[in-house]
Amino acid sequence: MRAYLSERVGAAVLMAPLLLFLVLAYAWPFLGVVKWSFTLPTPGLGQYNALLTDGLVQSVFIRTLRIAAIVTLVSVAAAYAITVVWVRGTPAQRVIAEFCILVPFWISVLTRAFGWVALLSNRGLINTWLQSIGFISEPLALVRNEFGVIVGMTHFLIPFAVFPLASSMRSLDDRVLLAARGLGSSRMRTFWTVFVPMTRSGIIGSAMIVFVFSLGFFVTPAILGGGRSVMIAELIYLRIFQSPDWGLGAAISVVLVLFVGALMALLFRYVRPKQLI
Amino acid sequence: MPTYRPGPVSLALAALVALFLLLPLLAVIPVSLTPSRMLAMPSGELSLRHYRALIEDPRWINSILLSIRIGIVSSAFSTVLALCFSLGVWMFQPRFTAALVGFVLLPMVVPPVVSAITLYFLLTSISGFSSFFGYDTWLGVAMAHAVMTVPFATVLILVSLSQLDRRIDLAARGLGATVWERATRIIMPNIKFGIITAALLSFVLSWEEIGVTLFITSVNAITLPRLMWMGLRDNIDPAIAALSVILIIITVLVLAVRSVVVRLRGAN
Repeated sequence: MRAYLSERVGAAVLMAPLLLFLVLAYAWPFLGVVKWSFTLPTPGLGQYNALLTDGLVQSVFIRTLRIAAIVTLVSVAAAYAITVVWVRGTPAQRVIAEFCILVPFWISVLTRAFGWVALLSNRGLINTWLQSIGFISEPLALVRNEFGVIVGMTHFLIPFAVFPLASSMRSLDDRVLLAARGLGSSRMRTFWTVFVPMTRSGIIGSAMIVFVFSLGFFVTPAILGGGRSVMIAELIYLRIFQSPDWGLGAAISVVLVLFVGALMALLFRYVRPKQLI
Repeated sequence: MPTYRPGPVSLALAALVALFLLLPLLAVIPVSLTPSRMLAMPSGELSLRHYRALIEDPRWINSILLSIRIGIVSSAFSTVLALCFSLGVWMFQPRFTAALVGFVLLPMVVPPVVSAITLYFLLTSISGFSSFFGYDTWLGVAMAHAVMTVPFATVLILVSLSQLDRRIDLAARGLGATVWERATRIIMPNIKFGIITAALLSFVLSWEEIGVTLFITSVNAITLPRLMWMGLRDNIDPAIAALSVILIIITVLVLAVRSVVVRLRGAN
């Protein structure tokens, strides 16, 4: 009995500091933000009502969903192509693919967004080159618009899309593919009718991760969108710091959390958490 | 046994994606060498003036030192908390473990902008009582970074614990070791790589954190990413290109060393 008690005390003593820290520094202030959304500037549901009627907020929500959907589609397709080589290529191909995935993954989001500015801006690499070969006379608008945001976000999210795909491709049994080939299926047909369906859980997992990440994206849209292609996260920032309207910023945050929570719940109905790593 | 290798179409598509992934990292190199004061491709002449600006301008040095200080404090704090928590989970397997771990992982899954506004609320509330700990102070930033990095540290330590053989702990317990002896002399030496990785990852995440930092700093606690952000938003400062090149080179070197070490350890 004494041993049992000391076990429980030991667990409590070890686990309490972190739990206490997160309750005080995360859960409690989050409730404070929820309170803001109901009390600022006046108590009531006014801010949530404004969300439903404000045309600007709605257009930002719709733009965020559209950009997130496009980015998800492109990132998962691109990640699929490079993951196939990373998991199933020859040893040399694997090393190169791993390098191309991990180097961007470890480099800060600011450096990567800046790299795209250097490539896409009016005096950037692409416009300078196209003008020097006489292909265009005026620089193309590649940045400070939705195109730039989509390119930058896709670049940021491909490595995150790779990991769930790699895990599903690693656990796939080679003999099934060899059997399909042995039965006379072409390479293309084996890929589309055997390989892709067997990695379905990886595709769902990686699409959900990319989609959820893109909903709350802040840095890349702010830099590559140049204030013209505002997404939800940037709208929250603007509402807090530029047109002080803390209640609306807080209400958008609460809606965003609920939406992401619902998506995560949906994800875990289809995929076990372990398949995502 | 023959393995199923990607064909030429797969390889061509993967090469395109690889090019897309590396292109923006390569693009900063020529920009960093431009002699112009503005963002432009160098035409003819090359110059190292933007690299010199990094050393000579005290703003860059100060923010690098600040980021290192914040990174060390927040990483130490989050690693210790994550280690204690994970040891508690592994050794005692309490009820509601899944719910408790889920709660700890929240800052990792909640959209960063929501964590940012939450921590902004926290630090502005603290600022009412204290002038050296709260909004726009380095200690406040370190604490906010600890909140954001602790889920990652916890995941890494829990993963390395899950690969540990429970029987060595049971043996120690059967021989009369106390909880403290089991934790410090049996378990921790066996997961030391997990602990070191957790501390390093926490440091790196804090070092490059910008989403939350942007909400909780204004003029005093200017970390390196915050200074880069300021240089990116207004007139783009090519010193950022020089800094980016240095950061990219460090990343490539660290990854190369790591892959060599992994390969050597695998060979032995």
